[in-house]
Amino acid sequence: MYPSLTRFPGDLFAEFEGLQRQIENAFGLRQWPSSIRAASRGAFPAINMGVTEQAIEIYAFAPGLDPAKIDVQVDKGLLTLSGERPVEAAKDEKASVYADERFNGAFRRVVSLPEDADASRVEATYRNGVLKISIPKREASRPKRIEVRS
Amino acid sequence: MDMKQDALTARETRNDFHATPIIPPVDIVEDQEGITVTADLPGVSNETLAIQVDGDTLTLEGTVNLGETSQLKSVYAEVRSPQYKRSFVLGRDLDSEQVSAHLANGVLSLRIPKREQAKPRRIEVKAA
Repeated sequence: MYPSLTRFPGDLFAEFEGLQRQIENAFGLRQWPSSIRAASRGAFPAINMGVTEQAIEIYAFAPGLDPAKIDVQVDKGLLTLSGERPVEAAKDEKASVYADERFNGAFRRVVSLPEDADASRVEATYRNGVLKISIPKREASRPKRIEVRS
Repeated sequence: MDMKQDALTARETRNDFHATPIIPPVDIVEDQEGITVTADLPGVSNETLAIQVDGDTLTLEGTVNLGETSQLKSVYAEVRSPQYKRSFVLGRDLDSEQVSAHLANGVLSLRIPKREQAKPRRIEVKAA
């Protein structure tokens, strides 16, 4: 059963689909310890974070932005992403809108970084609508192999 | 699926019974000439995007490719599936053979024109 392309907002199927999304998100969240700065469902942009031996990598799923206008700041162990996704130009008067689900407007998200993050060397790249922020770990906290002398 | 692509969501696929594709948010606007669908597909490139029309069903599918290394361990994730999928039923008045698509910065724009006979026409009322 698929939603029809030309249905009116607020109809039963639209509401059912929204409910389904909420349920999926709620069940997905159960297995993850939530951060105190975790945003509620549907926050823009969605953020994934991973670590390697050398660095902390943060992926912000922020499609349709001008990379020059994304503000990335690191201060006291907090990474702040902010910017604005422009509201689409005024539509033709005769146009009818069937779905308006995409995020519009200003956004701001804050992520707390692990203590071993070296905030002085942050790199950010924007590709295919995903902002990747790479923060190297401090030299001292990286795993090291120690030679055993005979 | 490529294991590398799945690194961020590896924890999910281990714990969950299945990773349901994400339903991407869309804007759908109809004007006199046709319908424009705009979908957010962050992380999807031209190579990993598939748009299919089967009968009157239009399906969008995309795979997230972040190019991360396999040694990346996920510590926190709001995006829990590397797949996007959403389908729509097109009305008979839409010309599914003329669908055009444009992907930029993770935003897909689809334009589905109306069939010639379905475009609005003004009917002249003749004086009796």
